Amino acid sequence: MTAPMPISLEVNGERVDLHVLPRVNLADFLREHLHLTGTHVGCEHGVCGACTVRVNGEIVRACLMLAVQVHGKTVQTIEGLSDSGEVADLQSAFRERNALQCGYCTPGMLMAAEDLLKQQNEPSRELIREHLSGNYCRCTGYQAIVDAIEATAHSRRGRPR
Amino acid sequence: MKASAFDYARVASIHHALEMLSLHGEQAKLLSGGQSLLPAMNLRLVSPQILIDIGDLAELRGIAVDSDVLRIGALTRHVELLTSHLVAAHAPLLSDAVKHIAHPAIRNRGTLGGSLAHADPAAELPACMLALNATIIACGRDGERRIAAAEFFQGIYATALRPDELLAAVELPIARQNSVDFFQEFARRHGDYALAGVAARASVASGGFSKLRMAFFAIADRPVLANAAAKLLNVAITPELIADASVAFGNELNPPEDQQASSSMRRHLASVLFRRCVEALLARGRLYGGAG
Repeated sequence: MTAPMPISLEVNGERVDLHVLPRVNLADFLREHLHLTGTHVGCEHGVCGACTVRVNGEIVRACLMLAVQVHGKTVQTIEGLSDSGEVADLQSAFRERNALQCGYCTPGMLMAAEDLLKQQNEPSRELIREHLSGNYCRCTGYQAIVDAIEATAHSRRGRPR
Repeated sequence: MKASAFDYARVASIHHALEMLSLHGEQAKLLSGGQSLLPAMNLRLVSPQILIDIGDLAELRGIAVDSDVLRIGALTRHVELLTSHLVAAHAPLLSDAVKHIAHPAIRNRGTLGGSLAHADPAAELPACMLALNATIIACGRDGERRIAAAEFFQGIYATALRPDELLAAVELPIARQNSVDFFQEFARRHGDYALAGVAARASVASGGFSKLRMAFFAIADRPVLANAAAKLLNVAITPELIADASVAFGNELNPPEDQQASSSMRRHLASVLFRRCVEALLARGRLYGGAG
């Protein structure tokens, strides 16, 4: 039974039917089976946040979920959020504020930041830091990341919906 | 940093889960949120031969009040504890404690039952169960077993659960009118495991305590109740009495030492928490008492 198991799920709006070994985590499944390499793998034990994706609309650590657990569920990765334009303004703000240097943490940062902005339209800097506390950046010192998220929240409030 | 190979079975009923458990015994691990199990497997600290995924079992979900008991299903996720109005009204200690557990993405997956069955001595929820005098409900092939929180936690990652049982739910006595809760922990960074922490529930009347349960965590191999709390029951509380009791409490402890903190540092932090906890409970009790 350590043989591949069939799974069906939706990834970025597309139906996926594949066989996968139980030991393969969701991050590796996305990267190696679906070639969606925007989801990054850092610590592989839930500390760094680089592998953050959405499952059924909620952010999770893709390294702490098995691909077989996602059977029947909906997954959105940074590719999905980027292609749909959902995070276009956030991405621009990150670029303008130099909120990334090497970029390794950025997909996870964007996933976590967008999750916050969906729940709060006027988050304080403290709340931004709290929501991103599980996402590590080793380059920027976080200040510019918090700036970019604050600026995006501000500009979204002024945008007619 | 990849888990070794294992089998995987997704079960559709508690009965099916228990059958699988009795078939595979200690070679099996139950998978709920997986937020402690999967890191341990990725680090190869544990290598179960089979994972039994109970994530689909609707009968293990739900938060409900039945007369004076709050029942919380084992698969209730941390984020659900955080946002539940029933929990906020009847066990506010849990709402406070969950804010200290890891980060949003982990709270979206981690479960109450998983945290209790994992029994990390530095975890928040086991101490809350002890403070709230919870009953833990285990399901086995012979039916249900009800275990007091004080008997449930037996050491590092060790509980009273038998290898062929699963944790189904917890039952908590709901907060009474004069009861107050308090939670605080010291950690290097928010979301990290605590260096020392306290979860407490008290009944406050006429400026004193008629009940006081203070459960400390990360200072022993399991969450422990402060015996020194007995010194503060049904007496007029003075700063001297609190100071004496907190010293007596420090002497009860023999905390473990690791890279995070020495034994004496943990004892010191626990004594500070003891004092702050007593003062905060009294202040809250007076606040509510004065209004009533």
